[in-house]
Amino acid sequence: MHTAAGVEACLPIRSDMDLVWVRQHVRQAAARLGFGLVEQTKLVTAASELARNTLVHGGGGQMEATHLSSGGAQGLRLAFTDEGPGIADLDQALSDGYTSGDGLGMGLSGARRLVHDFDIESTPGDGTTVRVTCWVAQPPRPREEA
Amino acid sequence: MPEHEADGQLATPTHEVRDFLHRRREQIAQRWADEPLFRTVFTVSRDEAVEASKVVVDALAQVADSEQVEDPDAAGFSGVREQLARMGAARSRAGLSNTQVASELAALRPPVENLLASDLEDAPPEHLRACSTALTVLMGTLRLVAMQTALSEWQALSDRQRLQLMEVATPVIRLWDGVVAVPLIGTLDSARSQVVMETLLNAVVDQHARFAILDITGVPTVDSLVAQHLMKTVAAARLMGAQCIVSGIRPAIAQTIVHLGLDLDVITRASLADALGYALHELGTDIVNPGAGQR
Ligand SMILES: Nc1ncnc2c1ncn2[C@@H]1O[C@H](COP(=O)(O)OP(=O)(O)OP(=O)(O)O)[C@@H](O)[C@H]1O
Ligand SMILES: [Mg+2]
Repeated sequence: MHTAAGVEACLPIRSDMDLVWVRQHVRQAAARLGFGLVEQTKLVTAASELARNTLVHGGGGQMEATHLSSGGAQGLRLAFTDEGPGIADLDQALSDGYTSGDGLGMGLSGARRLVHDFDIESTPGDGTTVRVTCWVAQPPRPREEA
Repeated sequence: MPEHEADGQLATPTHEVRDFLHRRREQIAQRWADEPLFRTVFTVSRDEAVEASKVVVDALAQVADSEQVEDPDAAGFSGVREQLARMGAARSRAGLSNTQVASELAALRPPVENLLASDLEDAPPEHLRACSTALTVLMGTLRLVAMQTALSEWQALSDRQRLQLMEVATPVIRLWDGVVAVPLIGTLDSARSQVVMETLLNAVVDQHARFAILDITGVPTVDSLVAQHLMKTVAAARLMGAQCIVSGIRPAIAQTIVHLGLDLDVITRASLADALGYALHELGTDIVNPGAGQR
């Protein structure tokens, strides 16, 4: 049985140093929930992209990590929230290579490909929230004899 | 008994405390030497702990003499700052948190207060109260001075470590004539990658390198920013006439890079050895493995 201890947290995203804590927390939480190395790496990388967007484009905010459990499957949900300028054109922001700054423009679209579930809410002038979810892959188990 | 009572004059509370500290210097030092803060730091001999305690008692007396019991910048403290910093640092190294060090400092107060109370047993109660208060304030200020010193030490240390990390984490290794390598370690933030780029370009020039290997085995996360920094370094090296090879891309990172959609437009090899092999081959200096021979 997995517990949420050390998994659930709300971390500030105000500086480059905070990005380091975010990555560290996501790595530890994912490991604790039983994610494999590849899935851990994907999740940490997605978190790194989204947290940096929160910091750079959203002017700072926070990440909330939540432990999900459904029918024996373990999941991790990360919500990145800021009260920045918001995104007027979501389709454009989500397209590969679009950047309003001098980045590669691969963060948002790439993060979407790295997770199982991706959801973005943004209101221009109010801020942005991006939620991503990953589930631990369940190895096919031999059925228990009745 | 305080002598001034003889001439019917009570000293000011702070000066009473000063006289008390002078008079009881030895006893206070003896008691402090048994407190964790002194006992665990000055471990060579108990005398050492007693001597160190006396230095602190003298500083307190000097501060009381100048009537500055509330002032952490009082001149009297300047003599003990360094010692307090060393003691604090020693306790941190022993694994104590700042809060724990602060409570060890707080533990120095009761023994002194008890001594003062027994010394002034026969003094008017309000005088005893005033003196106790002055002593409490003085000990509080001592704590403040110690914590300030510890914090500034800690700050200086972390600044120093950050700088050191930047330099230490980017040693350029000359692997072969014309081949240099940088093993990258830790978070490749903007400041670090700037240092990496400069160090590497200097090495390329100094060593007339034709190949520069960037080994990222020690980089835990490769996201779009790290990739961008890598590509800038690669492009700059190319301008200096050196070809870059990125090595040490672990399987999990390789998969992540692909999903992220990043196109590392550079030659990559699994390991540093493979990267060196490639460079040597290009330079026409293949190493022939005497056992296996060429494939
Ligand atoms: N939290 C946010 N608040 C406001 N705008 C955002 C936010 N996140 C993303 N954007 C917008 O979406 C664009 C695309 O984001 P994406 O992360 O893909 O690229 P980038 O951050 O510009 O570059 P990089 O590839 O380095 O991440 C950004 O340039 C920015 O205009
Ligand atoms: Mg981005």
